[in-house]
Amino acid sequence: MSETTSFFNTPSPPQLKGIWAWLLTQDHKRLAVMYLWAVMFWFGIAITIGFLIRIELMSIGPTIMGPDLYNAAFTLHGVIMIFLFVIPGIPAIFGNFILPIQIGADDVFFPKLNLLSWYLYMAGGIMALVSLFTGGGFPDTGWTFYVPFSISTSHNVPLTVLAAFTLGMSSMLTGLNFITTVHRMRIKEMGWMQIPLFTWALYATAWVQLLATPVISITLLLIIFERLFSIGLFDPDKGGDPLLYQHLFWMYSHPAVYVMILPGMGVISEIIPTFSRKAIFGYKAIVYSSMGIAIAGSLVWAHHMYTSGMSDTAIFVFSLLTFLVAIPTAVKVFSWVGTMYKASIEMTPPLLYAMVFIYLFSVGGLTGLVLGAAGTDIHVHDTHFVVAHFHFTMFGGTGFAFFAALHYWWPKMFGIMYDFKRAYIAATLATVGFMFHYVPMFILGMMGMPRRYYDYLPQFSQGNLFAGIGGILLFIGIMLMLINLLLSFRKQEKAVANPWGGVTLEWSIPSPPPLHNFVAPPTVQDYPYDFSNVLQKAAAQHSSVNTEQKESE
Amino acid sequence: MSQEPQHLMSYTKLASVLFALLILTGVTVGVSYIDMGIYNVPVALGIACFKVSLVLLFFMHLKYEGRAIIVSFLSTVCFLAIMISFTFWDVAFR
Amino acid sequence: MKSSNDFTGIRIGMWLFLYSEIILFGGLFVLYAVYFHRYPDEFVEGGKQLNRIIGAINTIILLISSFTVAASITAIRLQNKKLSLGLLTFSIFCGLVFLINKYFEWGAKFHHDIYPNSDTLVSGPPGQNIFFGLYYVITGLHGLHVIIGMTLLMVSVVLILRNKVHAGRFAVLENCGLYWHLVDLIWIFVFPLFYLVL
Repeated sequence: MSETTSFFNTPSPPQLKGIWAWLLTQDHKRLAVMYLWAVMFWFGIAITIGFLIRIELMSIGPTIMGPDLYNAAFTLHGVIMIFLFVIPGIPAIFGNFILPIQIGADDVFFPKLNLLSWYLYMAGGIMALVSLFTGGGFPDTGWTFYVPFSISTSHNVPLTVLAAFTLGMSSMLTGLNFITTVHRMRIKEMGWMQIPLFTWALYATAWVQLLATPVISITLLLIIFERLFSIGLFDPDKGGDPLLYQHLFWMYSHPAVYVMILPGMGVISEIIPTFSRKAIFGYKAIVYSSMGIAIAGSLVWAHHMYTSGMSDTAIFVFSLLTFLVAIPTAVKVFSWVGTMYKASIEMTPPLLYAMVFIYLFSVGGLTGLVLGAAGTDIHVHDTHFVVAHFHFTMFGGTGFAFFAALHYWWPKMFGIMYDFKRAYIAATLATVGFMFHYVPMFILGMMGMPRRYYDYLPQFSQGNLFAGIGGILLFIGIMLMLINLLLSFRKQEKAVANPWGGVTLEWSIPSPPPLHNFVAPPTVQDYPYDFSNVLQKAAAQHSSVNTEQKESE
Repeated sequence: MSQEPQHLMSYTKLASVLFALLILTGVTVGVSYIDMGIYNVPVALGIACFKVSLVLLFFMHLKYEGRAIIVSFLSTVCFLAIMISFTFWDVAFR
Repeated sequence: MKSSNDFTGIRIGMWLFLYSEIILFGGLFVLYAVYFHRYPDEFVEGGKQLNRIIGAINTIILLISSFTVAASITAIRLQNKKLSLGLLTFSIFCGLVFLINKYFEWGAKFHHDIYPNSDTLVSGPPGQNIFFGLYYVITGLHGLHVIIGMTLLMVSVVLILRNKVHAGRFAVLENCGLYWHLVDLIWIFVFPLFYLVL
């Protein structure tokens, strides 16, 4: 198999050379790699800002920054993490790379549109950068851009908003591409219930991206219109209703949290069966719960607004609906745990990250119910409890799923293997740091420490010190993980085509894949997670080793 | 990729759809001069929905499309309906 | 690429894009619904200040142009290139007339000191300000879509002239047509919502 030339050496279209072979490429794998570097760049910046925020909060009073800089810092941390890392992360990198291969296609349906999405992503990122240093100064509204502040602040909001708009376009076009690809490019033998779960998760995500993103587009456009023409659609003085802004904003941004988490769940649904050497428990249940989350997640946006002055009826209805989302989510967690039960588990770094994901995400999900219930939410609204909750879901969930995906597909993408020992140490360090970092925030939130202040009362100092120490550990752990991955380029330890014993189609082709993905036409198993062949091969290998040993004795 | 044969709309069919649309426009403008109390808005929107359906079904070929497009179109409309109606849980009871 | 010959797939892609456009306007219709619920009387008053006849004429113009675009697809499939080009040019012309009408309509309103943040609107009843605020945002965004649609139709004309679009390969024309119909669809709702609320 090693005779095939990898996509790194075959430009597409073929006449391109050098840097242009990357910048004008229509190959989904090259685009995925380009996304990878861009996303990691932003992740590095945002995690550093987050780290600085934590250092600031480690001791009382202004430590390393004042209130204005702090406002800008958490806005940037939020905007970059959400729009440039968490939303595009898994779909744009691993979706682009793996989705077409998993369904036996040689590319996505609209390769040129895919390239356009990448440019929109880069343009959005550059606009976000430029907005920092032009206009009235750092944007300081928080990532939610709530009116009236976003309309009245003199800081540079319009360009940041435009950046978010462009990034939304990019995410939407990626979704459009994936839906069409899944519908039209699947090999004929693959029915809907034979699609791997990662692709299913991306398909559900793509629908949310497609239908919810335009709502944020129009909302952000309205901010720009308001700033330019002061129409007054959200201004109570002129008859407007500022709450409607929040409705429109969360109509997108709540479904968007499922855009963030669903692909992560898809990654976990791939990793758990592979290293359990066992068919995934409840394949159909996971498929339906993905679609269920996508649908139910679009009905619950106003649970972010319990304390905003909404009607009591709305609070009741949205609280009730919010609890419904817990059902499909729990179905997935039970299925993963059920898959691992009595399985022949092989421990690897991706599996460790996946297991950490399940734990952290469960904590995040359960504390979400505390916030979903109107009574308790009013007590902890806008406190550090909320901050801890969404970091458990978005960072402990999507973030760790992203790390799991990095470790799982790294050998496939680059054809090289990283050092396991360092990966384990990094994962452990990051997890321990994570717990020390965010668990104190739950307690601080319960005690009443509000979010988004650079300073706090003396009774919160102990918790913040702990959180700071945890933050440092977490930061070191993640840096170690990234360095470990980068070091694999120097060591160049070749990875085989199927290092993990996976059964989805991407493991049937060389690592890294050739330009058109499949050397021989792919064959589809009746059931997507049928490990009988892998187990047979392992058993054969095992018995041959045994006989060799006996012979040598 | 198999190529599904696509439906060809005849000129006469398109023209009759246009004729119906123009009539409906006339009706909706005419009706707007009559005050029917609370029925004004439902009637105007009902006619608009009817016109939109004609455009979708015939000009946009929705009638002859596969299941994927029809189902996804209906879900989009449902999503829009949810956006509007669920907002009223708040504004109608405030 | 194999996929560029899969016309059904290309159409699915276009429809998906149209959904996102529908939801884009949908956000504005949410605002409309809520504010109409809150200020029914001012919305009726505002509607009376808009010229129903110009609105109706614009509706008719868009409907006719939608028909000609649909007919141009039939024409190209029946290999009648000239007719198809003529119909498309006529549609672009219709779009232009629509915009000119809109220009005069907006101009007249500006003349009466009715525009965002004008004294009349700011000092007047809040519902009136909201009605005209929405009127300008929605018709403005719709006008932008008319311009985009006209551009797409012009692209189709050029492609037909260069024989890139013909009886065996008309997906681009079809998609441009779909976009133009969408512009029409939105107007069909905008027209009664602003001109006929009485």
